[in-house]
Amino acid sequence: MMQSEPRALQLNEQGQLKHFLTLDGLDKTILTEILDRADSFLSMGEQSVKKVPLLRGKTVVNLFFENSTRTRTTFELAAKRLSADVINLDIATSATSKGESLLDTLKNLEAMQSDMFVVRHGDSGAAHFIAEHCTPNVAIINAGDGRHAHPTQAMLDMLTIRRHKGPFEGLKVAIVGDILHSRVARSQIHALTTLGVEEIRLVGPKTLVPDLFEDTGVTICHELQAGLTDVDVIVMLRLQKERMQGALLPSESEFYRLYGLTAETMAWAKPDAIVMHPGPINRGVEIASEVADGPHSVILNQVTNGIAVRMAVMSMAMSGQVQSREYAESKASEMALGEEI
Amino acid sequence: MKLCIKNGRIIDPSQGLDAVTDLFIEDEKVVSIGDLPDGFVADETVDATGLWVIPGLVDLGVALREPGFTQKGSIASETRAAVSGGVTTLVCSPDTHPIVDTPAVAALIQDKALMAAQANVFPLGALTQGLKGKALSNMVSLTEAGCVALSNHRHPLENTKVLSRALEYAATHELLVVFHPNEESLSDGGCAHEGVMSITHGLAGIPDIAETVALARDLILVERTGVKAHFARLSSAKSIEMIADARASGLDVTADVALHNLLLTDQVLNAFDGHYHVLPPLRSEDDRLTLIEGIKSGAISAICSDHQPHEKMAKVAPFAATEPGMANIEVLLPLALRLVDDGMIDLNVVLACLTIGPASCFGIDAGSLSKGSFADFFLFDSTLHWTWSVNERRTKGHNSPFFGDEMVGKVKATYVSGNQVM
Repeated sequence: MMQSEPRALQLNEQGQLKHFLTLDGLDKTILTEILDRADSFLSMGEQSVKKVPLLRGKTVVNLFFENSTRTRTTFELAAKRLSADVINLDIATSATSKGESLLDTLKNLEAMQSDMFVVRHGDSGAAHFIAEHCTPNVAIINAGDGRHAHPTQAMLDMLTIRRHKGPFEGLKVAIVGDILHSRVARSQIHALTTLGVEEIRLVGPKTLVPDLFEDTGVTICHELQAGLTDVDVIVMLRLQKERMQGALLPSESEFYRLYGLTAETMAWAKPDAIVMHPGPINRGVEIASEVADGPHSVILNQVTNGIAVRMAVMSMAMSGQVQSREYAESKASEMALGEEI
Repeated sequence: MKLCIKNGRIIDPSQGLDAVTDLFIEDEKVVSIGDLPDGFVADETVDATGLWVIPGLVDLGVALREPGFTQKGSIASETRAAVSGGVTTLVCSPDTHPIVDTPAVAALIQDKALMAAQANVFPLGALTQGLKGKALSNMVSLTEAGCVALSNHRHPLENTKVLSRALEYAATHELLVVFHPNEESLSDGGCAHEGVMSITHGLAGIPDIAETVALARDLILVERTGVKAHFARLSSAKSIEMIADARASGLDVTADVALHNLLLTDQVLNAFDGHYHVLPPLRSEDDRLTLIEGIKSGAISAICSDHQPHEKMAKVAPFAATEPGMANIEVLLPLALRLVDDGMIDLNVVLACLTIGPASCFGIDAGSLSKGSFADFFLFDSTLHWTWSVNERRTKGHNSPFFGDEMVGKVKATYVSGNQVM
């Protein structure tokens, strides 16, 4: 009855990626391979023909149970640049709202013979659930599940850090804001830890940064100055206004006063520190415009890098699926041969 | 009908008895252990050599699902599952449809249980009408109709004044009230213990204070009103300390825990397997060890299955979207014996918490094989290794994480009032 752990589920017999559900448990070799491959795709966006045939003849379905324009568009673009056929399904307003279970929706889509599902869902573990219950020939890419994981976002952040700061070893990274509800932060912690940064600091009030995070090996700072002093990278998270009704914060203005990133508070970081944000930005709530648009900001680079990272992940997962299928077929023919003999 | 169970190892914590001897039954009751009663000639003799003879287990936490949710379970199916696990007496929850807030529903459940002729069934009555937490139910009428106690189950009350008045009324008539301490505003939306596992896996947490804040309030009200109280399915370490302190200070309260909270911790949530979604949630190792200490010290009187059968689809969803609960009543004793095999708790203590302990909490005449007791017991092969299979289950429930596990020990036969029912 025990389900497979996500980390076991997403690797094939040769240890290659066949689903991409979480960064938890993926080793440095795989993460570096994703970054290297994404690097090679980056220059493609500048060429007149922006396509490679790695997913030619494959069908990618974007299954978004939660709305997201930015993430869905970059996934769509990445799939198209890999020459895949892409279908976008806005599940939030279709079958499930008529009472169909997630599993039934899935089985119907499976019957359409898709090769890859890119899934965003409001429940933690949803991508894992789909990978567990889906036919094994379909690759599942997690585009964000509840508060759990957003692995492609974390990897595009890693690519951005690597391109601007070089090797991860020795870097100090501050992640600021609503950590509690952030799947991005959780995936970033795994990625940064695996890639060997010197220190990860989580910054915010206790309502948004519970002490329980300490067990993940990070440093918790409830004061912004302590969090930003001498860091190389600042990741600002979106303060989700809807969460503020839950008595998590007194007001946006007080949060901005205590934790907002401004030119003044930026000065605590290293002079060449970079500023990142997964978007959409709340200007004047978590970050000042002068910083968001300033010389330290790499926020728009993150978006560009996102397409390359998603191309890398999708091509690797598809390759892992193909190899897994070939492995199964060769095993089956070996067994058949053995029976004949 | 005269029945003799020969050469079994009779283990009855109510009498401090653990001996290989004979059990003599006449009509519904035990007439003797060891000594052949004068003039007793057995109509039937059962050779129990090599088997344990144990008083029927008494389970304080069972959802029978009927009326209203027969896709999950029925009184017939779940009582059949109960006796196949050695449970001969059970207390069923009031959250049926309709809710057990009228004597008619209480009577219906008991009638169906009588027709099923398996385990003895004692319903819990709703403390408030419709379990809505606003208006008091007809508590006295419900107990007159067979409800063994009153509870608002896991449903919140509108406010503390309603709770206080319900307890005062129950105290007036010396009725037992069962609490499931939970401060709704602290647990609302949660699906897993608030700890490192929920934090790292992004599952909405239920902090232990959701239980202890409510428990503190409930204990104050129990002390003030003088109501007879039982605290059900406690899950946190602090709760056990609070119950122990309350009992030490002379408060007449009892408590139980669910077996799965003694066996498992939140570490099993790594794979997002909805079969581990239970309320209250599986908590930390510290909590689990303190619950076990609570059993050993006597602060906790009963272990129950918290049997919550579900149809298959109830667990086929992402973790938070699954319905909470496990259905383990058939393997209650083999699972409990894992605690004995691990050296965590003595066999006698475990059996006491499954028999006379829970019976005493609710004042039910069960859980003992002393002379004059109802002859509710089962024969248990403690050496048999077997695999619990979903295809061979008796419960309608598909929801156990223990399907496929090897079990050690199996119920071979169960008797209720001297009649073999399994």
